[in-house]
Amino acid sequence: MIDVKPRRLLTFLCNVLGIGIGPVLADFSKGHALESSPLLKEGQGQGQGQGQGQGQGQGQGQGQGMDSHSNSNCPSGNPLVPFEICDNSKPHHERRSRLKSMQFDDGFPLHEDNARSVYINDPKRTNQNYEFTGNEIRTSSYTLITFLPKNLFIQFHRVAYLYFLAIAALNQLPPLAVFGRTASLFPLLFVLCVTAIKDGYEDWRKHRSDRFENNRDCLVLQDHGIFLPKKWNRIQAGDVVKISADEMIPADIVLLGTSDKSGIAYIQTMNLDGESNLKTRFARQETVPAVTSESCAVTGVIRCEKPNRNIYEFTANMEFNGTKIPLNQTNIVLRGCVLKNTDWLIGVVVSAGQETKAMLNSAAAPPKRSKLEIYMNRETVWLSVFLFVMCSAVALGMGLWLRRHKHQLETLPYYRRTYLNRGPETGKDHKYYGIPMEILFSFLSSVIVFQIMIPISLYITMELVRVGQSYFMVEDMDMHDSSCGSRFQCRSFNINEDLGQIRYIFSDKTGTLTENKMEFRKASVFGKNYGNSMPVPPDTVKSKRRWKLKSEIPVDSDLMALLQKEKDSSSEERVAAHDFFITLTACNTVIPVVSGNRPCSYETKEDDGVVSIDYQGESPDEQALVSAASAYGYTLFERTTGHLVIDKNGEKIRLEVLGMHEFDSVRKRMSVVIRFPNNAVKVLVKGADTSMLRILANDDDIVWHATQDHLNEYSLEGLRTLVLASRDLSEAELEEWQSAYLEASTALFDRATKLRYAASLIECNLKLLGATGIEDRLQEGVPDAIECLRQAGIKVWVLTGDKQETAISIGVSCKLLTPDMEKIIINATSEAHCRDLLVEAKARYGVRSSGKGHGNGKHKTIVDPGMEEDDTAPLALIIDGTSLVYILERETESEASLFDIATACRVVICCRVAPLQKAGIVNLIKSRTDDITLAIGDGANDVSMIQMADVGVGICGQEGRQAVMAADFAMGQFQFLRKLLLVHGHWNYQRLGYLVLYNFYRNAVFVFMLFWYILCTAFSTTSALTEWSCVLYSVIYTSIPTVIVGVMDKDLSQQTLLQYPKLYGAGYRQEAYNIRLFWLTMIDTLWQSLVVFLIPVLTYKNSSIDIWSLGSLWTIAIVILVTVHLAMDVNGWILIMHLAVWGSIFITYGCLLVLDSIPLLPNYWTIYHLACTPTYWITILLVTVVALLPRFTCKVASQVLWPSDIQIAREAEARSKKHGDR
Amino acid sequence: MSTDPSSSSAAAAEEISNKRKSKKPKYSRFTQQELPAWQPILTPRWVIAIFTLIALIFIPVGLAAFSASQRVVEVEFEYDSTCIPDSYKDNATAYIKDDTTNKTCTQKFIINSRMQAPIFVYYQLDNFYQNHRRYVKSRSDEQLRTPDKENDVSSCSPEDYVIINNKSEPIVPCGLIAWSLFNDTYKIQNNDKDLAINKTNIAWASDRNTKFGADVYPKNFQISGLIGGAKLDPNLPLSEQEDLIVWMRTAALPKFRKLYGRIETDLEVEDEIVVLIENNYNTYEFGGKKSLVLSTTTWIGGRNNFLGIAYVVIGSISLLLALGFLLLYILKPRPLGDPSYLSWNKNPGGLR
Repeated sequence: MIDVKPRRLLTFLCNVLGIGIGPVLADFSKGHALESSPLLKEGQGQGQGQGQGQGQGQGQGQGQGMDSHSNSNCPSGNPLVPFEICDNSKPHHERRSRLKSMQFDDGFPLHEDNARSVYINDPKRTNQNYEFTGNEIRTSSYTLITFLPKNLFIQFHRVAYLYFLAIAALNQLPPLAVFGRTASLFPLLFVLCVTAIKDGYEDWRKHRSDRFENNRDCLVLQDHGIFLPKKWNRIQAGDVVKISADEMIPADIVLLGTSDKSGIAYIQTMNLDGESNLKTRFARQETVPAVTSESCAVTGVIRCEKPNRNIYEFTANMEFNGTKIPLNQTNIVLRGCVLKNTDWLIGVVVSAGQETKAMLNSAAAPPKRSKLEIYMNRETVWLSVFLFVMCSAVALGMGLWLRRHKHQLETLPYYRRTYLNRGPETGKDHKYYGIPMEILFSFLSSVIVFQIMIPISLYITMELVRVGQSYFMVEDMDMHDSSCGSRFQCRSFNINEDLGQIRYIFSDKTGTLTENKMEFRKASVFGKNYGNSMPVPPDTVKSKRRWKLKSEIPVDSDLMALLQKEKDSSSEERVAAHDFFITLTACNTVIPVVSGNRPCSYETKEDDGVVSIDYQGESPDEQALVSAASAYGYTLFERTTGHLVIDKNGEKIRLEVLGMHEFDSVRKRMSVVIRFPNNAVKVLVKGADTSMLRILANDDDIVWHATQDHLNEYSLEGLRTLVLASRDLSEAELEEWQSAYLEASTALFDRATKLRYAASLIECNLKLLGATGIEDRLQEGVPDAIECLRQAGIKVWVLTGDKQETAISIGVSCKLLTPDMEKIIINATSEAHCRDLLVEAKARYGVRSSGKGHGNGKHKTIVDPGMEEDDTAPLALIIDGTSLVYILERETESEASLFDIATACRVVICCRVAPLQKAGIVNLIKSRTDDITLAIGDGANDVSMIQMADVGVGICGQEGRQAVMAADFAMGQFQFLRKLLLVHGHWNYQRLGYLVLYNFYRNAVFVFMLFWYILCTAFSTTSALTEWSCVLYSVIYTSIPTVIVGVMDKDLSQQTLLQYPKLYGAGYRQEAYNIRLFWLTMIDTLWQSLVVFLIPVLTYKNSSIDIWSLGSLWTIAIVILVTVHLAMDVNGWILIMHLAVWGSIFITYGCLLVLDSIPLLPNYWTIYHLACTPTYWITILLVTVVALLPRFTCKVASQVLWPSDIQIAREAEARSKKHGDR
Repeated sequence: MSTDPSSSSAAAAEEISNKRKSKKPKYSRFTQQELPAWQPILTPRWVIAIFTLIALIFIPVGLAAFSASQRVVEVEFEYDSTCIPDSYKDNATAYIKDDTTNKTCTQKFIINSRMQAPIFVYYQLDNFYQNHRRYVKSRSDEQLRTPDKENDVSSCSPEDYVIINNKSEPIVPCGLIAWSLFNDTYKIQNNDKDLAINKTNIAWASDRNTKFGADVYPKNFQISGLIGGAKLDPNLPLSEQEDLIVWMRTAALPKFRKLYGRIETDLEVEDEIVVLIENNYNTYEFGGKKSLVLSTTTWIGGRNNFLGIAYVVIGSISLLLALGFLLLYILKPRPLGDPSYLSWNKNPGGLR
């Protein structure tokens, strides 16, 4: 509704109010900016804060940008909500292709006609036919000339400013001039100036950093065939550039060759996706020989897709020496990445400047709006009604008065419509336009006088208060994760108060409830279970190992013995075990990094003995598996596109990699085709059990059954399982596959489908090797936190991709599921089956239907604590992804019953859910209740639900930072949620709820008072208060204590809040702000305004008081009244509050003294006269006491007779403190 | 909000960022929101004490204010209708507009209580909206203050210029307020002796000294068109035109008093006061009322019982409330901070 750029206004308001938050904010921002925009690195630190999403230089890419590629597949979808469900018939899996690894379906089918051609090392020709952008970047928005108009234009996009402007413009019309020119323009000009100065400063810094970026040097192949430095902004598409180690990539580059003979380059993509591990990029083998460190003899054409923002996807091909070579995302290096562990790389620029993926990703996430704010807007409509009624009353009164005095107006001394002594003009009207127009003008001028009835300043105050609250959340030591050193982050400033009203938590499992530090625990090799026996201490088997791993893995001695049993090497079991470990080592995307060495030059280190090795990979599971294999003597040593080297107990095996089908969410497996030194060709496959067990050859023998049993057993223990299998390929099969693979991987469109087809040729009739069980331990404090949240009345739902058994076991271990619970398990195989299950469950457990609630859509979860779950055993719902597909995507009726069951259950666990389903489940609750949902997760697969939920929380974990960047809040561990919600959420909500009510009151009482007076002035919209006092009332006189109390007031200490989690219920029961409180406040406001108006009038009714004196009395009386009102409601007084509250009264006096010392104002010297009389002071005292007496009495009475939980807890706290002190 | 943009190497930036990331928030009571706070709890004791305190302060203040107000002697009489000769009763406007009629009017009254000097003489107008927006704004403070700004009359329209010999001449003082200056005059006799009415220092010293220029003289004032009220002596600077200064402190409410002068002799009981009124000011046209008020004063100001009564009433209500809460405390005590009153403890079937 009001497009307020939070940071901007905040900072501005800090300045406006000149209060001590300024330095705090600055400090806060400093500590915050880098974390909140992880993409801002290396010399571009002038982040503008995520609110505006303008990172600098290449370090672009904010928030959900990473995910926005999915939009393009969803033409009807809201571009801001990438995972918004488009209800078209398009298969969903196309859109939710991304899982934790970097696999994608072809999101952007590359048709020949919209491809772009880049001629390698021929920028002129490249840029001849196409409009390529240069590599110059411009993140700044203004130039010297455009600054003023453009800045004003942008500023007036905000409704608040437009309101100010409209009011000020109205006031400039001569018949309406209620306030003087300066006074009426003051608020607007002030806001505009300060914002303009701030914008100008920010933009200047952007200019500076742009200049810095654009003037960086890079080696570019020039006319004479040698590399010469060139400025970044001169680089064009088609240029061949050379990057040295630790340099930043200036544009999106297709690799042609690197210092590594096989064409590998290691890059760090921290600036793009925040993942700190190294990724490999490959130059195509065909071009590598043509490239040396000083020259590049590659010529050809690259046809690539149009620039887009999907950083995980690149489709192109290269015509080189007459052949078409496919290119994919492993061949491109994006702007903003940093070259690591590689001496140099040479590549051709395919898109530059604003067209690079990094720059395209620099859009900000859509702002969320808090529930409280939505309710507040609803009440603002009521305030507008009040405003309209009052203005109409004034206009009507004016009309009637004019009609009654129609014949006197000409000479009426205090109106005098006409000129009487102006010669020729005598008899003409002066500022009189006839009764109808006068009524209109009267209406408009009363709008000007009553303008603050609509609390526009409240939006600004709220932003300011939220910044203060965020500061305290960020600074909270209890939410600092010392193990990985990550602070709490507030990435969104709009929804702090939602944290205090959460009703549902949707939690990811892996990395959120668990640590996501994978440990290889168990293995089932050829039907035999290993890992139960006591692990042999690693050093006993270390003798033969020359590789030092970062972590030590306990080794099962039986398995070790099996592997070392040389004699019996031909036995099936032994071969299976060997293949098992080869698969673990080969079938993955892990990159070994030998410390201190380039991976390619290991020969020099051969004599050294122990070399430490570090595995870099995107999947922690794979890292764990490779490390485990290494512990058993199969050390992955070197990996390129073409081959890998395994050190098997000291013996080096070089395996040729013929092809690799990477993991994708449809197949749920990964395979690699390997040619062994003995020329045998094998396909090694690893994948999820559901997808693997179907494609096995021996799907019914003992091994199969044993493995199946082991898998179940592992799942019950909460281990993550993977099934390994392999197959020997015959030459014919190999050839068939190779041609399909080649065609698929050079295809320009539909590549994913073709690759899947190629994979299906070999991923069949596999021989089962075994299964692995990886443990992902629960994070510290998770069970306690969940228990605590549940006591607080929050429903915790776990959404996981794991198997049902694993999910249940995790549920048990984190105390979500308790033995006394009735478990409803929905595990359907068909749509009808699923519906039946739901209906049956509903009937069996007597779940009440939410009824027709469909029409109105939303209903409120019944929050009466006495009603819930008292008669029957608590229910737990366990539902799997397949059933969810049936329910969420097809059937509205089942969806309703699912909702009924789910809300009746205390625990809901959804297993085997895909990312989009997670969002679907969140949406199920969100669309059917008014309750506030929170989603917490750590991985890219959680992004959709994090964005869907009202509040998204990201865990800074092992899986990159996509979740963090999409989230509103980010923190290190799940258990911090407890403090975040119970303490900070509670405080934020209480504070902001009170703030809103108080602001409504504060402005309305002032406006009502003006209104009463206008009724005594023949409806002529006179204000007894000086125009400056009218303007300054909400800006200076009363604003500071509002903000301070909004930021710092504390109803309960954090100890109490954590001790009684149920106190959190005040939040979702909306106890601090609801429509009843609004109306009570308004009635109170009416009373207070009458008192503050009438008492001075009655006191001075038979006296010679002048309008300015009475106005001065009203000014001070109302300021003291609203301040004391606030003081009455403060829960915990600290020094700064005393200063703010009582200080603001002094400030008001100060302002009045200054205003009354200017001889040119009609109110000159008023207050000096007034303050000398005792009547003045006792009137103020009387006003304050009489106005507040009803409120105080009601407050006391309700506290004595109907104490709220918070009140009792407060008393208990105060009592214990007193006892403690004694 | 920024890091140093000159750090050009990625490694350095990374280091900085890591340092930042790992920076643990520093402990301080402020940042952890653990500052010692005084938590006011409205215990019954406090509540009763507060109400009693209010009563204890308000009742005596109220009584003092009431008695002070009672001590004020005030004589007020409305003369707008009585000062119209019977022949003009139905056409007061014509009477007041006619320059030839005799406007002098004699009123007599007896003093009932002793009035101690100084006795303030006020005129009181009713139904005169000196607070009308058109009226309040119709003045030029610049012009009143300095002679150089005599052309600064833009806000004074329609009483800004007067056309003399086809030339616009600014009116000083301009505007409707000055134009409508009150022009009834009073002469007061006590037992046939003239009582001197001191008309000096009736305006605020600040207005006289600063706001109204000592070198600004009335010019072109009330010379043509409709004469709105009193004329000013063009030889006296504005700073000495105290009636004007008083008048220009526009009143807050449609019924108002303005100081006319002071009588600096006491008036005794049974004194017969005769007031000779020059009834010039035209309030008849819009139904305004005119009164003359003689009043003494005390610390509370003029005679107004409102403050005293209000204070006593509020004090009594507080006392009653204090008693009420005391009763409640005795009859239905609630132990403070008793967890058994918590809602989930009262409903044991609630969320477990």
